[in-house]
Amino acid sequence: MADIIKTATRDAYGKALVELGSVNEKVLVLDADLAAATKTGMFKKAFPERFFDTGIAEANMICIAAGLSTEGYIVFASSFAMFAAGRAFEQVRNSLGYPHLNVKIGATHAGISVGEDGASHQCCEDIALMRTIPGMVIINPADDIESRAAVFAAAEHDGPVYLRFGRLALPRIYDENYKFEIGKAVKLREGTDVTIIATGLMVNEALIARDNLSEIGISAAVLNIHTIKPIDREAVIQAAKETGAIVTAEEHSVIGGLGGAVAEVICESVPVPVLRVGVEDVFGRSGPAVEMLHIYGLDAATITEKAKNAVAMK
Amino acid sequence: MDAIVKKQLKIKACNVRMGIIEGVYNAKSGHPGGSLSIADVLTYLYFHRMNVDPKNPKWEERDRLVLSKGHVAPALYSVLAQKGYFPVETLKTLRKSDSILQGHPSMKMTPGVDMSSGSLGQGLSVAAGMALGAKIGGKAFRTYAILGDGEIEEGQIWEAAMYASAKGLDNLVAVVDNNNLQIDGSIADVNSPYPIPEKFKAFGWNVIEIVAHSFDEIDAAFQAAAEFKGKPTAIIAKSIKGKGVSFMENDYTWHGAAPNTEQYELAMRELYAELAELEA
Repeated sequence: MADIIKTATRDAYGKALVELGSVNEKVLVLDADLAAATKTGMFKKAFPERFFDTGIAEANMICIAAGLSTEGYIVFASSFAMFAAGRAFEQVRNSLGYPHLNVKIGATHAGISVGEDGASHQCCEDIALMRTIPGMVIINPADDIESRAAVFAAAEHDGPVYLRFGRLALPRIYDENYKFEIGKAVKLREGTDVTIIATGLMVNEALIARDNLSEIGISAAVLNIHTIKPIDREAVIQAAKETGAIVTAEEHSVIGGLGGAVAEVICESVPVPVLRVGVEDVFGRSGPAVEMLHIYGLDAATITEKAKNAVAMK
Repeated sequence: MDAIVKKQLKIKACNVRMGIIEGVYNAKSGHPGGSLSIADVLTYLYFHRMNVDPKNPKWEERDRLVLSKGHVAPALYSVLAQKGYFPVETLKTLRKSDSILQGHPSMKMTPGVDMSSGSLGQGLSVAAGMALGAKIGGKAFRTYAILGDGEIEEGQIWEAAMYASAKGLDNLVAVVDNNNLQIDGSIADVNSPYPIPEKFKAFGWNVIEIVAHSFDEIDAAFQAAAEFKGKPTAIIAKSIKGKGVSFMENDYTWHGAAPNTEQYELAMRELYAELAELEA
């Protein structure tokens, strides 16, 4: 039943902004000429007086957001992940991160599932970039329910937050009663042989892989890490202690993202095998999103294989 | 401008220049040249133009200033100290590891600093955001951005310039400290941003050209900017890099170099002599 409702997290982001805007007058939304694609257009329609399009100038947008936030506004600034985290990295670092300003970056079209637009727009480096900024919170939601919760939690959090959304419609993981907390991992399935730690659209793939593994006699736990920074160290350490092997899964480069963050925690506390599923340090290419995910090994089949290998390494 | 007020501002500016030299000398590093060129404008803003309260640095209705050319922090710190945000003695701690005075401004560490800066090209966008926020909230405060003439080689300045005029941010004033020198030499030789007034006019700004060391001209420009409606104002202030210290004037090697003890004493002697003349 879980895969009946399919929603892109960017759509959930747009809807959540409207909902948030209706209960909090301090919320402003900025976009850099991509309002239709990032879905901030929904907010623009609902609250035109609180929406500002800065044009095709992402660096400018981030710094305008910084200026606005010094006056007590909660500013959501949106663009594609490539431009929000990539082009405007130094503005995010120096004008948001360093003064710890209350700006939320709503980055959509993250990862390889941008599909047909190709490598120039498939940002698989944003988590790595954002992780290096002190005080930055990074949230990569797995479905529409978690996206909505993340938007509301980000608004409550005092300081910069990087929210990562995608273009591809995803099956719903959670129900309406889901309780979201920044920095708190969610154990979705129990298991004893290996833990699959996943984020974003790879959470659903992890659940499928878990079923595949159970058919061949491997018991896999599934942990959703929606907040990549600050990472839930306790949950990661506990997973390593309980199952003795870890596979990470993310729609991002294997360098510097969830896999890197988990490996850092594991190496320093409970060294156990950690295998990473992600984009293997290559650029993507044009093609349908789902095809891209399979070509670059971002699927249940790859997680299943890595999980078998991780168990064998114990 | 009233002669007594002008004299008081000149005395204040001379004290500000002493604070700059004191800070940079004690730090053994920093940027005296551009600090001295903007000293008169910053002194004027904090002592005659801006609505601020040193006892309440975060006062919501205050006028804002973004020092986009953040490397001239010694000038801003010296003005803030003179204004009473912190003791003048603190200037001697500039750039030291336990100081509230960072090498470039930090809004989290120094009272009176409205925005962290230092990476060139970002401050005009931040100031535009502050001005936009004032418009949204129906607030009367005004926002000032201090830019270097070399700094406007950064492309983001022109993104912000386009945006501020497109949104009619007439509560925003940008000052370009046109001392004609950047680290590598004359701005005309390195990568000329000239003609500057024409560029801002083309981007839809109200443009005023002044001499940066004439309080009459400074006052007239900021008054005209305050009265101008519909567009942001750019004040192109022709200045002398190193102004007030004879051997630093118009010499780009003083962009980012600290005086040695002999040079420090010479500079302070010159400034004390000027102060004595003003107070006579």
